Amino acid sequence: MQEWLLLEIAGAGAALVAVGAGVAALRRRRARLALAAEEAEAPAGDAAAADAGRPGGLAAVFFRGLARSREAFARGLAAWGGGADEEALQALEDALISADIGARASASIIDAVRRDLRRARDRDPREVLRAQMLQRLGEPAPLARVETPPLVVLVVGVNGSGKTTTIGKLAARYRREGRTVLLAAADTFRAGAIEQLKVWGERAGVPVVAHAAGADPAAVAHDAVAAARARGIDVVICDTAGRLQAARPLMDELGKLIRVIRRQVPEAPHEVLLVLDATIGQNALAQARAFKEVAGVTGVVLTKLDGTARGGVVVAVREETGLPVKLVGLGEGLEDLRDFDPEAFVDALLGDGGEDAGMRSAGPGATVAP
Amino acid sequence: MLETLTRGFRNARNRLQGKTTLTEDNIASALRDVRVSLLEADVELGVTRAFLARVKERAIGEVVHLKATRDGHGIAAGTRVTPAQHFIRICHEELVRLLGEEEPQLDLSGDPAIIMMVGLQGSGKTTTAGKLAHRLKEEGRRPMLVAADIYRPAAVDQLVTLGERLDVPVFSIKGMDPVTLCETAVGHARDLGRDVVIFDTAGRLAIDDALMAELERIVERTRPQEILFVADAMIGQDAVRTAAEFDRRLSFTGFVLTKFDGDARGGAALSIRAVTGKPVKFLGMGEGLDKLDDFRPEGLADRILGMGDVVGLMKDFEKVVDKETAEQDAVKMLQGRFTYDDFLKQIGMIQKLGSLRSIFEKLPGMGELMEQLPPEAFDDRELLKVRAMIQSMTKQERREPDILDPSRMERIARGSGRPYEEVEALQERFRDVRKMMGQLGQSGMFGGIPGLGGGRAARRAAARRGPVDPMSALGEAFPGLPGVGPDAPAGRPALSPEEKKALARKRREQRRARRKGRKRK
Repeated sequence: MQEWLLLEIAGAGAALVAVGAGVAALRRRRARLALAAEEAEAPAGDAAAADAGRPGGLAAVFFRGLARSREAFARGLAAWGGGADEEALQALEDALISADIGARASASIIDAVRRDLRRARDRDPREVLRAQMLQRLGEPAPLARVETPPLVVLVVGVNGSGKTTTIGKLAARYRREGRTVLLAAADTFRAGAIEQLKVWGERAGVPVVAHAAGADPAAVAHDAVAAARARGIDVVICDTAGRLQAARPLMDELGKLIRVIRRQVPEAPHEVLLVLDATIGQNALAQARAFKEVAGVTGVVLTKLDGTARGGVVVAVREETGLPVKLVGLGEGLEDLRDFDPEAFVDALLGDGGEDAGMRSAGPGATVAP
Repeated sequence: MLETLTRGFRNARNRLQGKTTLTEDNIASALRDVRVSLLEADVELGVTRAFLARVKERAIGEVVHLKATRDGHGIAAGTRVTPAQHFIRICHEELVRLLGEEEPQLDLSGDPAIIMMVGLQGSGKTTTAGKLAHRLKEEGRRPMLVAADIYRPAAVDQLVTLGERLDVPVFSIKGMDPVTLCETAVGHARDLGRDVVIFDTAGRLAIDDALMAELERIVERTRPQEILFVADAMIGQDAVRTAAEFDRRLSFTGFVLTKFDGDARGGAALSIRAVTGKPVKFLGMGEGLDKLDDFRPEGLADRILGMGDVVGLMKDFEKVVDKETAEQDAVKMLQGRFTYDDFLKQIGMIQKLGSLRSIFEKLPGMGELMEQLPPEAFDDRELLKVRAMIQSMTKQERREPDILDPSRMERIARGSGRPYEEVEALQERFRDVRKMMGQLGQSGMFGGIPGLGGGRAARRAAARRGPVDPMSALGEAFPGLPGVGPDAPAGRPALSPEEKKALARKRREQRRARRKGRKRK
C-alpha cells in the first residue's frame, strides 16, 4: 500500500507540472514557428561550389567494413527467381535491416522495389534496389563556401561520436586546400577535451583558441570568431561538448553558442555538422531531428566507417530529415576524412563495383540460439 | 528512452483485445508489431527472430489458464486473464529470460580486485571507469584507476582529471606499454593499500587485431576478476558482432550500457545478452559521476512492456524521501487537503529524483500520455518556474490556496517574475489536481487507508479491472483530466486563437485598470 501511495504523490505532482509545462511549451513552439518563418524569408546564403576531386579507392575502404552485408545481399540476389520473388525480397529486406537501415525504412525500400519489379519484370533486381537507395540518399552535397571569410563550421553530436577527431581531420583538409584554419575548443566540459583538441591542432598545424576547463563555451566561440576576424583567418571550426539530444539544458546551451557566433558573423555558422558514429542504430534519427531543430544542422559526418558497422541509418536520416551525409571518416590518420560518395556507398553495400575476392571475410555469423 | 518498444507492445496488446483465444492467425499481426518495435529499438535481427519464435510457440502452445494465481503483474487471485494479457505475459517472461533473471554482482574477491574496462572507441569506458571508482569508494572500497589507454590523445589527461575530481589515485607512466603498465599498477596498488584496481584500456574497433592482442596479454598477465565490456546504448545491429568478437577474444564477465539516459531504446541490452550470455552489470546514466545504476532485468522488461518500472522508482524514492512523512502527505492529499506547501515538497522530491521524463518513464501506463504531450512538456525548467511562483506566496497563501484572488496573484506574478497568466494557470491546475486527488481517495482504490472511503467491494471492483495500475485507472476514472485526453494538454476549454487573444487583451486591460486604481489612491 505504501508503494502506491508514494507513487501517487509523484504521479500527481509530475502530472500537474507536466500539464503546465505542456501549455507553456505550446506557446513557445508557436513563437519558434513564427521565428522560423521569418528566417526562411531571409536569403539562403551563398553556399555553393562543389568540392573538386573524388578520392580514389573509397569504395575499397567501404568494402572492408561492408563485407558482411554484401554477403547478405548476395544471398538475397542469388536466390532470385525472377520478377517480384517474395522470398528473395524478404532476404533483401533482412539484409537492409542488418545494415541498420531500420525496419520501417527497409520495408518501404523493399515495397518500392517490389512495385518497380512488377512494372518491369525483366529488370535486374540489383539495379532496381540500387536505384531506390540512391534516390533516397540524394545528390552528393558539398561543404559550404563563403565569399568573405571566416567560414564558421560548428561540429555537434552525442558523446563519443568522434567530434574532436573529425575536427582534426577537417582542419588538415582545409589546410591542404591552402586555407588558414583556427580551432575553437568549446568543449569545456569533458575532462581532457581541450588537450585532445590541442593535440589535433598541433598535428594539423593550426592554432587553437581555448579557455580553462569549465569556461562558458559561448565565450570560447566568441573569442575564436573574433580572433579569426582580426587575423584574417579563412575557416573557424568550433568543437562542442558531446550531449545527448534529450538533455534540454545542454541543447539550449548550443542555441546560445550559435546566437553568440551570429552576433559577429550574422550568417554563421555556415556549416553545422552532426557527427554520427557508424555503429549507431535507429537513435540516429532522433539525434538528427533534435540537432537539426536546435542547431540547424546542415549535414552529417559518418565516422568510424573503417569498423564493421555500416551506418545504414543515414539512408533513413536523409529521407526523414533531408540531411545529407557530407563527409565520412575512415580511419585514424589526418587524411582519413573523405567526401561522401552515395554511389560508392550503395555499391559497397550491395556488393557491386568490381572488388576482388580477397576481401576480408565476414566473421562468425550473428545467429542466435534460442 | 524505450518509447518505441513500449508502443509496439501496446499496439500488439490492443490488437488482441477482445479475442477469446490465441491462434496463429490472430497473433500474426501482433507479432509483426512486436517485430518492428524490437528492430526499431535496435535489437539485432537474429535475436528478434529467436524472441518472436519463442513467444509464438508459447502463445499458441500453452492453454490459457483462465484462473490465474497471483503473480508479479498485480493480477489478484481469482481474476480472469484475457488472451491479450496472456500474450503480454509471455512477452514479459521471455524478455526477462533474455535479459537474465539474476541481479548481477561484481566479483571483488582479489587482493587487489581487478576490474578491466574494454570496448569500442567512444563507448564511454573512461567515464564509466570514473563512475565505477566513485561507486566503489562510496561502498567503502579504496579504488585506484589505471590509465592504460595510451593511444587516444589526452585520454590519460581525462582520467587524471576524473581522478582528481573523485579524489582517487590515477596510475600512469608515460611511455610504458599498456601490458607492463597494468602489471606494475597492480603491485603499486598493493603497496598503497588499494583494494580495487580499475584498468581503463584503449578502445578501437573490434577488428583491430593488434589492440585485441594487447588486451589479451593484459588479461593473461593480471587475471582480472571482472572484465566489463562497455557499449553505447545507441549501438545498432553491429552490437552483436562487436560484443561477440570481444567475448571470443577476452571472455568478458559482463557488460555496461552507457548513455542510457538519452532516448535510445536500449535494444543492445537484449542483443548482447542474447549473443554472449553475459549479464548487464550496470547502466550508465547522465554526466554526473554518481550516475551508474544497477541493472534490474525485471524493471527493464516491465518498462519495455509499458508496465512501468515501479520497483525501480520505489528504490529511487527511498533514497530521497522519508517514507513515513511521504505516507502522511499522501493520505492528506487523498483526503483533498493538498496545499502549495505539499506541492513545493513534491517539486523538491522530483528534482532530487532526476528528470520529469525519467520519472514518467518508470510510471506504469504513462507511455501513451508521454506520446501525446509535446517533448517540451517534460522540460524540467518548468519546475523552477513553478517553484519560483510558489515561493512568492505568503505562508498563509500556501496553506490556504483558496484565498488567492486576482490581486494576490498579481503580486505573486511580480514577485516571481512570471506573467500573470502563468500564476493563474498554476492555480487552476492546482485546483484540478487537488480535486482529482480527493476523488481518487474516495474511489476505493486506497481502501486500506483509515479515514478514506472504499472497502472490500471497492477493492474487488478495482481488482476486476485486471492488471491496471493507479495511473491508468486515473485516466479512465477522469477522462477530463487535463493532459490525459489526446488533444487537451491544457485543462481549459479549447479557445480559438482569436478568442485567446481577446481574452489576453481583456485581462491586460483589467490589470491596467487595477493598477491605475491603486495609483489614484
